[in-house]
Amino acid sequence: MGMTSAQKRGFGATLWDWLTTVDHKKIGILYMAGGGFFFLMGGLEAVIIRIQLMSPENNFISAGLYNEMITMHGTTMIFLAAMPILLGLMNFIMPLQIGARDVAFPFLNSLGFWLFLFGGVLLNLSWFTGAPDAGWTNYAPLSIQSPGHGIDFYIMGLQLSGAGTLMGGINFIVTIVLMRAPGMTYMRMPLFTWTTFVASILILFAFPALTVGLFLMMFDRMFGSAFFDAALGGNAVIWQHLFWIFGHPEVYILILPVFGVFSEVFPTFAKKRLFGYTAMVFATFLIAFLGFMVWAHHMFTVGLGPVANSIFAVATMAIAVPTGIKIFNWLFTLWGGSIKINSAMLWALAFIPSFTIGGMTGVMLASAVADYQYHDTYFVIGHFHYVIVGGTVFGILSGLHYWWPKMFGKYLHEGLGQLSFWTFFVGFHLTFFIQHFLGLMGMPRRYWVFLENQGLDTGNLISSIGAFFMSFGVIVFLINIILTTIKGKKAPRDAWGSGRTLEWSISSPPVHYNYKQLPLVRGLDPLWIEKMEGNKNMTPAEPVDEIHMPNGSILPLIITIGMTIASYGFIYQTGNKLWLIAVYSGMAIALISMLTRSLKDDHGHHIPKEELERIGD
Amino acid sequence: MSHDHSIDPKNMPKDPSKATTEGKHKFMGLWIFLGGETVLFACLFGTYLALRNSNAGGPTTQELYGLGLVFLMTVLLLTSSLTSVYAIYHMKNNDFKKMQLWMGITALLGIGFLACEIYEFAHYIHGYGFTFRSSAFGSAFYALVGFHGGHVAFGLSWIITLMVRNAKRGLDLYNAPKFNTFALYWHFIDVVWVFIFTVVYLMGMVS
Amino acid sequence: MTDEMSTRKINSFQKQKNKQEMQRMVVSFALMIIFTLIAFALVMLEVPSTYVIPIILLLAFVQVGFQFFYFMHLKDKGHEVPSQIIYGGVFITVMVALTFTVITWW
Repeated sequence: MGMTSAQKRGFGATLWDWLTTVDHKKIGILYMAGGGFFFLMGGLEAVIIRIQLMSPENNFISAGLYNEMITMHGTTMIFLAAMPILLGLMNFIMPLQIGARDVAFPFLNSLGFWLFLFGGVLLNLSWFTGAPDAGWTNYAPLSIQSPGHGIDFYIMGLQLSGAGTLMGGINFIVTIVLMRAPGMTYMRMPLFTWTTFVASILILFAFPALTVGLFLMMFDRMFGSAFFDAALGGNAVIWQHLFWIFGHPEVYILILPVFGVFSEVFPTFAKKRLFGYTAMVFATFLIAFLGFMVWAHHMFTVGLGPVANSIFAVATMAIAVPTGIKIFNWLFTLWGGSIKINSAMLWALAFIPSFTIGGMTGVMLASAVADYQYHDTYFVIGHFHYVIVGGTVFGILSGLHYWWPKMFGKYLHEGLGQLSFWTFFVGFHLTFFIQHFLGLMGMPRRYWVFLENQGLDTGNLISSIGAFFMSFGVIVFLINIILTTIKGKKAPRDAWGSGRTLEWSISSPPVHYNYKQLPLVRGLDPLWIEKMEGNKNMTPAEPVDEIHMPNGSILPLIITIGMTIASYGFIYQTGNKLWLIAVYSGMAIALISMLTRSLKDDHGHHIPKEELERIGD
Repeated sequence: MSHDHSIDPKNMPKDPSKATTEGKHKFMGLWIFLGGETVLFACLFGTYLALRNSNAGGPTTQELYGLGLVFLMTVLLLTSSLTSVYAIYHMKNNDFKKMQLWMGITALLGIGFLACEIYEFAHYIHGYGFTFRSSAFGSAFYALVGFHGGHVAFGLSWIITLMVRNAKRGLDLYNAPKFNTFALYWHFIDVVWVFIFTVVYLMGMVS
Repeated sequence: MTDEMSTRKINSFQKQKNKQEMQRMVVSFALMIIFTLIAFALVMLEVPSTYVIPIILLLAFVQVGFQFFYFMHLKDKGHEVPSQIIYGGVFITVMVALTFTVITWW
């Protein structure tokens, strides 16, 4: 597809193609590129934090800048790095796995991406005038009191990218419900599709809570309302509830898709079907369901009372059960398999012990009484980095190595892949394992400095050294991408030779309409079934006929630009009412483009049968 | 999917709003969106429930609310829900003129509702000095009811745009799903209002 | 084109079915108005709040049920996924409402 023909078209045309694309594969790549960029930003912030904490009473950065650094590190990594990269993988892979030619709402898909990107850029523009500094949780009343416009950037930036994510979630749900290929029943869907589905449901139900929370925060900071103002009867705990009603499902939004990734990687490289498929699906739903009822475990020390604390403690511990089911199912998938170790598999294998440690400390934290001891210490930092790095980041890297040949038609270099794995893996444990003990020794989180000779010096030094190992691993991974893009080994359609699911039945990278003929799915792991019966490829479910595809559009980008201008206006209109011009003109741009979209009929286009027959597949 | 989106007289689909792939997607997408909207309003209701007695010395709910206007607003919105059902009924019978007529009535009732709401807000502000900024109760009240009013206003501009856009070309398989998704959205606005009049106004008058 | 449309013959069986459904809609609308009247009346008659609050909440739920199942056809075939999603939303709504009434102030 694209790549070769795009190069012939020249730079301007290629750029225009990417700006107007509604192709789920290109949008997926855009998501991953955007998320990757913010991942580097967040990583840089992390390194700065670790340099500051390398030695006692260090003076590398000022206390105020340190607050900005931790806030931006957390916010960037969660909202702008981990989630978009996952959305990118889902966008690229899920439609291929269910045998669809695109997502249900291609236009909305593009709009969602641009909203995320501009939201992220807006948030990061705050570095020039003062970044948000109330922590990624942005608790009131600290966030209400914070001077300057940092928090306002946080509010508007997250509002924009949150709206984009919500659109993505709705889109994926409709795609999975309505666009499965003939024969692809729910219980034949690959696990990655299942976890995409469940994570999308979580997005659907969790993000509106963030939207409301951000609106209330915006009204309080910009328009003088009193939601969190105790003097006028407000209550700051409302923010905490709203934030965590969103925020806890959010961590499952981050982890469930990578559970799906591992459930694809293990069977492929163990050459064995996934153990306990039904239990895996069920456990995914159970995790999502329980994940919605445990948010108050972030608030144990607020003073909700012993009854509420106990209920949330028990619900939290219960999540360990479905997660345990999953861990055992992966182990049983490996058991007796003919295992092939490569970088994708290494990340997946390393995930199991790393994530299990994070899960164990999670159960420790779930005990409300003990949590009074752990709360706001480095123990918590250690815990959630074990689940988010040891789970989500390992999963993302495993998925990237696994699907890279499918997405770009070239393998990543195996040696470089293993080098980046080992340095990152060792660095990760160096950095975060010791932090549990620092926390237990009483080192609080979010403090700018620690004092000398309190037993914290060596631990912090080790932790910082680990951070450099991780950075090295990331740099090697970047070099790997660049080198293999220039001259990588070309990948065939079934890149690993043992692909089980539909995406391995089409060319690498796929043509822009994915399937010339929709495949007929005859069971779980449809490609594997065909291969076992001696067929080279999927049996088509339809004759070759013209294909209906959506048209590209620049409108999503223009809508987003309008909204970004309006957001900028909102941030600064508190000081100078002239900025209202930006608010209104930005809104006008967005509304006029939306109107254009709805008034102008767009029926998409058809790829004629003759062309399909000429190209082959 | 065929190139020609207009309804074939010999082969009238049972439900023109779900006859095309695109129509099915729109239908499902709107429902899923409404699931998210439920949580959005849940959070606003929760905030209101937590702050409804935080009047900071201002008027209490009993002093403020009047049931007469609220009842009128309820009847307006409930009736507009029924009239949009009539509109969809005529859509299924392929009677575009009557569908437009009933959608028009729906819009008029919606405008009536919105006018009442604006009057109500103005009355609170000028009669009681009860504003968005005067107390946490004020903030929560205007946020919840205002978000709902905003949804009504959005729905109105949606249906008016649709009616004007399609006035000349009539009903076809391309625009039938658009009318249908509007109707679903409009019912949902009514659902939210049922809880607003119960939880905000009626319960506010009781306790 | 419009005139043509309105005169077109539609399957008379289908038309009859649509009409029957419309009648059911009108009945549910009448019930909704009655429920509203009862709720307002209970409050205006100043029934003690211990009774009136659960009753009006119940009436609201029933009314919303009519909206969803009849006006929005949630009871019909092909609405399995939408109804699951709405049940999910309602579940979260109840949880959120409980949270904000029970564990926000103490």
